[in-house]
Amino acid sequence: MIFRKKECVAMLLAGGQGSRLYALTKKVAKPAVRFGGKYRIIDFPLSNCVNSGIDTVGVLTQYQPLVLNEYIGNGLPWDLDRSFGGVKILPPYQGQKSADWYKGTANAIYQNLAFINRYDADYVLILSGDHIYKMDYDKMLDFHKAKGADCTIAVIDVPIEEASRFGIMSTNPDGSIYKFSEKPKNPDSTNASMGIYIFNRKKLCDYLIADEADPNSSNDFGKNIIPNMLAAGEKMFAYPFEGYWKDVGTISSLWEANMDLLGDQPVLDLSGNDWRIFARHSASAPQFVGARASIENCYITEGCEIYGTVKNSVIGPGVKVMAGAHVEDCVLMGDCVIEAGATVQYAIIDSDVTVGAGATVGAPRSTGAEIAVVGEGITIAAGATVEPGAMLSE
Amino acid sequence: MTAAGLIFANIHDQSIPELTRVRSMASVPFGCRYRLIDFTLSNMVNSGINRIGLITHHNYQSLLDHIGTGKDWDLARRSGGIKLIPPYITAYDQGTRIKSPSHRLEALFGAKDFIARCNEDYFVLSDCDIICNIDLSEVIEAHAASGADITFVTKRMDAAAMHLAEQVSIIAADEDGKVTDFTRAQPTEGMVNLYTNIMVVSREYLLTILAAASAHGYRSFFADVIVPSLGTANFRAYEYDGWYAYIGSLEGYFASSMDMLTQEAREGLFAVKNRPVLTKVRNSAPTKYKEGADVKNSFIADGCVIEGTVENSILFRGVKVGKGTVVKNSILMQDTYTGSDVTLNCVITDKDVTIRDGRHLSGHKTMPFYVGKGGSV
Repeated sequence: MIFRKKECVAMLLAGGQGSRLYALTKKVAKPAVRFGGKYRIIDFPLSNCVNSGIDTVGVLTQYQPLVLNEYIGNGLPWDLDRSFGGVKILPPYQGQKSADWYKGTANAIYQNLAFINRYDADYVLILSGDHIYKMDYDKMLDFHKAKGADCTIAVIDVPIEEASRFGIMSTNPDGSIYKFSEKPKNPDSTNASMGIYIFNRKKLCDYLIADEADPNSSNDFGKNIIPNMLAAGEKMFAYPFEGYWKDVGTISSLWEANMDLLGDQPVLDLSGNDWRIFARHSASAPQFVGARASIENCYITEGCEIYGTVKNSVIGPGVKVMAGAHVEDCVLMGDCVIEAGATVQYAIIDSDVTVGAGATVGAPRSTGAEIAVVGEGITIAAGATVEPGAMLSE
Repeated sequence: MTAAGLIFANIHDQSIPELTRVRSMASVPFGCRYRLIDFTLSNMVNSGINRIGLITHHNYQSLLDHIGTGKDWDLARRSGGIKLIPPYITAYDQGTRIKSPSHRLEALFGAKDFIARCNEDYFVLSDCDIICNIDLSEVIEAHAASGADITFVTKRMDAAAMHLAEQVSIIAADEDGKVTDFTRAQPTEGMVNLYTNIMVVSREYLLTILAAASAHGYRSFFADVIVPSLGTANFRAYEYDGWYAYIGSLEGYFASSMDMLTQEAREGLFAVKNRPVLTKVRNSAPTKYKEGADVKNSFIADGCVIEGTVENSILFRGVKVGKGTVVKNSILMQDTYTGSDVTLNCVITDKDVTIRDGRHLSGHKTMPFYVGKGGSV
């Protein structure tokens, strides 16, 4: 039974391990990594979907799904608790003929073609769960329709010296793509793929089925589906996106993206009601700032109690910074305790970490030190030292 | 043992006419991001009460907006959930059946159908002029075990600290907890056994007294129903010993708000295990402390942007404190905007207030300066 057909269904690839985040993704999938105080990475694509009028989102999970599953729940925080559609978790499953993990991004979608077909969608939007950005997918869909494309790939203009880190689209003046090169040594364009695709459903089905039948394929969008479609002469367009977009797949880019929220004119602004980012709510008390606290250039959220000094930092829910503690250039993800007299500088501290009294974590950023990372649930003993660049996990 | 809840949204509106001009007592903002009803609602939900009738009288637009479908409290249910009980107007009545917003008995008459339709054994009745985190299931258990007709929750309070502007209900009980007297008074000193406006009663007994009150044309719940039965009925007191605040005046509202700056109050209200205080989610971004911000001893919601100095104050969601501005001992409600070089001391700004550059406002803690909703200075 179908209520109303859905014009566009979004498929969010959230199964990746995010191995370059090391300790931070030991217990959770990358999309569930906390960001910007009260958010998780997946809040961005999910909120973008809702704000763009897409109310049916399949979330493909595979690696460490417990936290992610619980976080998404019935989709209520994003208004994705719908009687038909809404957000659905799609883990790998056992079929009649075979049971497989998701072998690649294309295979993950292939295994869930029944989900897409169930909504009779005309278009399929493919998203990944490792980018921070605010984007109106509806405008991209309008572009896709206006161009009469079979596939539209969102691209962002990157500096030429960084272009070799991305999948680069070479385009004609009308925006059509004539060449795709994955991490080219000598890029001839600065249009980097954002990993956001819109496909006509039927075309996507055809290519996924053909790709699955090819035993030599690595079942990946970037490596197989896009080059195959291009080779076959399908109508493929690049949709230029302007605005903030950041891949937070590495420790340094995750730290930088958090810092992008700070400053007088932040490059990433989450205030205002025009494009809200929704998050599951922690139901903790408002934040309390003690009588001898000092806070400057910070982003701090609910449940925090600040009695010490905090500078240039992003602080997640339920963090306690005790008197005499000093936190600078840090990302504290949530429910951490920084005991009296401890110093934490240029570090990412995951949730439920205790930094004991008088302990030292990291070194001042000005010394050129590397980011220290303390994984979830770790206790740093009183007076102990964690070197800059350290990567601690349980 | 099951219980349903009944909440009186408008009774006590006259206690703080400034704040209830545009809203009900239930939807008076408190503690950075809550409305008074959040404490009562959370107490009920945390105690396993999932069928709640919300009795309103007037000015309830902000309350409806706040409650919505009830989903923020998990009260959007097929079975149970929150039911709004607005004044009952019949085609032939001149105006509403409930003539006075503070009339408990008439409010209960209006909710009679709701009460009769519930199949829960007990009812918890609560007003919205109190702030506490109480385990109501313990009260219900004590009520059932004692065989009482009605159990009144009491709290021992220091009258001098309560800033009473009106009479309150005081309960005298014997050693066993049996209520011996029920009086109205306005004490100014000494310890008093205050009735918290929370009571537990069996559905059956509630329907019986409502029928009797209707038959006899009684006007007052306490004067006509409770007090005359003190000798014959089994009324008991249950003493609550957790953190408690009673909002009986603007001065009391100000003092209770400032209490949030004490660890005792915050822990007693917000750090009780398994008993979170729930409210409508607004999805504000975290609060931004800019260069030059100087914040001390303050309780702050998300969504604020602070560039100036804030001391001993309560900031609600979306408050902006401009450069060079000094906010002391003040309560700034949702989306209050202060320009630069403003000074505020003992000021309460309601929602959406604008204080322009260079303005200086000051009240006193016994008479805070209040700026009404949407006001501009």
